[in-house]
Amino acid sequence: MTQEVIVIRTGSANLASIQAGLRRAGAAPVLTESPSAVEQADHVMLPGVGTLGQTKQILDQTGLTSVIQTRVREGRPLCAVCVGLHLLFEGSEESPQVPGLHVVPGFIRRFPEEVRVPQFGWNRVEAPPGVMYLESGEYYFANSYRLVEAPPGYMSALGEHGGHFVAAFERAGLLACQFHPELSGAVGTRVLRRWLTLSEAKVC
Amino acid sequence: MLKARVIPCLDVKDGRVVKGIRFQGLRDAGDPVEQAARYVDEGADELVILDVSATPEGRGHAVTTVEAVREVIDIPLTVGGGVRRVEDAEALLSAGADKVAVNSAAVAEPALLTRLADKFGKQCTILALDAARKDQPTADPAWEVVVRSGKVRTGRDAVIWAKEAEARGAGEILLTSWDRDGTGEGYDVALLQAIRAAVSVPMIASGGAAHAEHLAEGLQAGADAVLAATIFHDGHLSVKGVKAELAQRGLPMRL
Repeated sequence: MTQEVIVIRTGSANLASIQAGLRRAGAAPVLTESPSAVEQADHVMLPGVGTLGQTKQILDQTGLTSVIQTRVREGRPLCAVCVGLHLLFEGSEESPQVPGLHVVPGFIRRFPEEVRVPQFGWNRVEAPPGVMYLESGEYYFANSYRLVEAPPGYMSALGEHGGHFVAAFERAGLLACQFHPELSGAVGTRVLRRWLTLSEAKVC
Repeated sequence: MLKARVIPCLDVKDGRVVKGIRFQGLRDAGDPVEQAARYVDEGADELVILDVSATPEGRGHAVTTVEAVREVIDIPLTVGGGVRRVEDAEALLSAGADKVAVNSAAVAEPALLTRLADKFGKQCTILALDAARKDQPTADPAWEVVVRSGKVRTGRDAVIWAKEAEARGAGEILLTSWDRDGTGEGYDVALLQAIRAAVSVPMIASGGAAHAEHLAEGLQAGADAVLAATIFHDGHLSVKGVKAELAQRGLPMRL
């Protein structure tokens, strides 16, 4: 059965790729900025392309901020990608004046000067044993900012670019990816498919 | 560690792939959707589509092409050619591009880069820089920016322009040697080194590669990615084979 996924319209950038990626993973994506649609949905995708400040502004204006915070706290299915992952934290050096959703402890910082920024391209990710959605492999990244410390209480997969960084993490219905699963070939599609099929079971 | 990228490029005109030398004498080289799917199967790390249509009707085809290509690929797609305004970029992104490359319009109006970066992020904003060697009898080579598919030499220094573009918001530079494009003589390594020394954002080498050794030279000169069109179109080299050869030479590849 094709599963509907609510994709939050966080701006105008690569939403077509996100939707194509979800279709490949067996879902029927629906774009929205409606808080009630997001509240009622089984599965929600929070894409983020652009800056944290702009994306947060859209969430505040549409009334989505508290809806997403509640969803994460309840462990209901949410997949946050790139800047979407950054939004879950206290804040980011990218937009220091803008508070994040602060549903996961931590702060997002810029990569160190000695490595190429933005990190553009495929990088190795190591997932720990026992993860539900993630797997080790090579994934596509496009980011200048990242999380360094794995958040306590979550299963984190790590990458290496000027030292370790958190490439993705998961707990209950939450899957947060610094990489772009929709642009990461077969491995990215498998990760999305597992989140779509397995995260439902975690809602009680 | 971050891998080096191999990026096949499709030059598309009126919805068909074309190929020429120094942007001239274009001939038909196939269906873009079919070729994009083949490159993904072979392990391409990204794809670039450059729309070389000269007319508004041709440009309309570009959006349709991007939509069709997006449905068959699961890797990043950069689209360039004819992007003059933020609205042009938005149409391509909505159709399925992940990054948009700007060239002539950014030279004419550098603030366009800032507007694109502000709206879509630096990671969406690619500067396509076409550079030709200056005719000057000095020991050190120098390059000038050429625009409008090589028809116009601007006199603007390519290194200075690359730095300005980075400061204005370009998140990556797609650097094409106009002298080498389509010739198979290899990348202009001195050009790559000069731009690499001037900017810190990622750089894609383009123009002149005929085989894996040329691609290796580009990466060793400081490029983060290598772009080629002709060598993959004619089918005598596969992306997969080229990447295996680069890995054997010790370059970090996704295999």
